[in-house]
Amino acid sequence: MRSRHYLSLLLLLFATGLTAAPDGRVLYVQHCAACHGLDGRGGVGVPLSLPDFLATVDDRYLFQTIRLGRPGRTMPAFQTLSDAQVDAIVNHLRGWEPKGLKTSITAELIQGDPRNGKKIYDKRCAECHGMNGEGGEGTGVTFSRPRDHSIIAPALNNSGFLASTSDQVIKATLVRGRMGTPMAALPDKGFSDQEINDIVSYVRSFEDRPIVWHRESGNEPILEMESSYSLEETVENIKRAAIGKNFRVIRVQTLENGLFPEDQENKKQVMVYFCNFSFINQALSVDPRVGLFLPCRITAVEKDGVVKLIAINPIYLARLYNNSGLDEMCQEMFVLYQEIMEEATL
Amino acid sequence: MRHRFPALLIVLMLFSGGALGEHLLMVRASTGFPETMLNLQTSLKEHGYTLSRVQHVDIGLTASGYQTDKYRMVFFGKPHEIRQLTADYPQLIPYLPLKVTIFAEQEETIVVTEDLTQLPELAPNREVMILFMRWKSDMLSIMEELRVADED
Repeated sequence: MRSRHYLSLLLLLFATGLTAAPDGRVLYVQHCAACHGLDGRGGVGVPLSLPDFLATVDDRYLFQTIRLGRPGRTMPAFQTLSDAQVDAIVNHLRGWEPKGLKTSITAELIQGDPRNGKKIYDKRCAECHGMNGEGGEGTGVTFSRPRDHSIIAPALNNSGFLASTSDQVIKATLVRGRMGTPMAALPDKGFSDQEINDIVSYVRSFEDRPIVWHRESGNEPILEMESSYSLEETVENIKRAAIGKNFRVIRVQTLENGLFPEDQENKKQVMVYFCNFSFINQALSVDPRVGLFLPCRITAVEKDGVVKLIAINPIYLARLYNNSGLDEMCQEMFVLYQEIMEEATL
Repeated sequence: MRHRFPALLIVLMLFSGGALGEHLLMVRASTGFPETMLNLQTSLKEHGYTLSRVQHVDIGLTASGYQTDKYRMVFFGKPHEIRQLTADYPQLIPYLPLKVTIFAEQEETIVVTEDLTQLPELAPNREVMILFMRWKSDMLSIMEELRVADED
């Protein structure tokens, strides 16, 4: 009887959640603020409250961006949110828009010369947005990380961006620029309306040669190898192999260290932690959330007389991050883990 | 390993889109780094977890030009649960103890952890997936506490 009562209560709560009008502010705080900041200043994600940004994008752009994300560029696709919830977030973002600034965005297509657009793009845009529209390296804006620009240039050759944006949104951005970022207003730089149209056509032509984010297969969650050495010898082998790959061994401990009193710890599970600080700095500049991979670790485990080495598979774990730059680093890390494990078990 | 986490609640959690991000669990706390770190440790304990270690990941960061050196990993778990899991499912060993990353971003603090429910190949059976869901539920609760800490 009690469990039935509990069930009814839960269903009631669930139903209420489904039928009540979604609160955009609450949803923003829940899903967006961690990356974009409570006030939209940006962080891991790009700033959203910039007046020039809000003035140059339409609601469709915002809606589709939330829905589709930016494959390989950190911004996830929020596919579990309802349309009403996404609309509520869009309305919340609109609340940051200064009155009178909004540019009228139409759906009208723009006819330009993509060949001339490419010439201009290569000279004026590629430095930040990449020769193939791949965008700058890293994520969002810099508050705590040293970077060349105050904002990482978005990837224009990205299926999420291209499906979200209209020709007029691109043009409005080129015409208005983004104050507070390196993105200049092109008319101020002497570009004509026709030249701006040409750039729009060129950016739109990325759809014909998209950069496909290829997620490495790596479906195995762990890397595992058997050792013919004793547990103690295997631990020493791991340390030696890691040092040989330019890592510094920073700690050796049992897995249960800190969880049980020392005399009760399982001594047959030994973790070797190692770091390469240059590699860490590089990884942090690609994605500040990368700490979840750190420090590097291989665990030596003895069970039933068999000694094994076990580690995470970095390629597998990288799938949580939606970051193509991090994928490349994880591929490198995967090879290093394998080499260290092979050397330790030789 | 019996779980007391109601299956219905898990289903509702999955369909309510309760995750903070889609694949990582993240929160931005308005409180500064030291206070958020303290709140995190307190909340973990209140949720029944034992802290096993705090790892600095900041050696050389400031020397490399970073504007903050406040970057830590916090390792934690329920001791007997961890022991049982590593015995029954050795493939979970590299992912245990559980951990969160905590780092300063100006006056605010970001806390992020993995959502293991997004790694289905890691769970050998339904029982382990249910455990992942309970951990997720606990983390969401902890993160909500961190988020509203300055409203108290």
